[in-house]
Amino acid sequence: MVFVKAFVIGGLICAAVQILMEKTKLMPGRIMVLLVCSGVVLGAVGLYEPILEFAGAGASVPLLGFGNVLWKGIKQAVDESGFLGLFKGGFTACAVGVSSALIFGYISSWIFKPHMKKK
Amino acid sequence: MIRDVEKRNKNYNAYVEQVTPKASCLKNCIKAFITGGAICLFGQILIELFKNAGMAKDEASLWTTICLVLASNILTGLNIYPLITTWGGAGSLVPITGFANSVAAPAIEYKAEGEVFGIGCKIFTIAGPVILYGIFSSWIAGLLYLLAKLWM
Repeated sequence: MVFVKAFVIGGLICAAVQILMEKTKLMPGRIMVLLVCSGVVLGAVGLYEPILEFAGAGASVPLLGFGNVLWKGIKQAVDESGFLGLFKGGFTACAVGVSSALIFGYISSWIFKPHMKKK
Repeated sequence: MIRDVEKRNKNYNAYVEQVTPKASCLKNCIKAFITGGAICLFGQILIELFKNAGMAKDEASLWTTICLVLASNILTGLNIYPLITTWGGAGSLVPITGFANSVAAPAIEYKAEGEVFGIGCKIFTIAGPVILYGIFSSWIAGLLYLLAKLWM
């Protein structure tokens, strides 16, 4: 059952973004920024946690979940160390995602050869 | 003269509208649904596997993130991820694998331009804005949360 939920909710989020892309013709980079910021807002107003509880990876794998993780990190850091936490929580929360993307991306650039873009 | 320009622009826009391929929105949404759903399903399978190996929920989802990023990097390097993007549209963009692809693809593509100004700069083409605005918006949200806490 958890698998069905993850598939459906994850798919619905992607389909919604597809509609947004078709209607506004936004570039992928802008879409990603929009998703992460929306995730922060949804997390902060407390809407994302119930979705995450329900859908598991369906909500944590999309970039909205990345935004939610940023918010959770900030909240925890503020609870622990107050004002200083504002400058700690974000990077702590996204450390694994960003580090793995950068490190594997850099290693990939050693291993793989550039491809000509097929248009 | 100005009327002419306006008319020309209007004609041109009509022409662009005419020659732009009209993809069916519904069809693309279904493709995005299937692609995005499949990636999330794969993520859920990984989470369950890590949980079965005795990890806590948070730890399992961090490991899942690492695995998804690694898988996305391999697919990007083998030039398979662009095919998924062509078919799946937003379905391949929205999950964390899309973010990993947007980091790895320019790093591979621009390595000929050197370590610092090639790979080093281009690796942040998309990751940079995402990290900047993610960190900034969460900082704002945290500030509001802190103020609310002090005020209560």
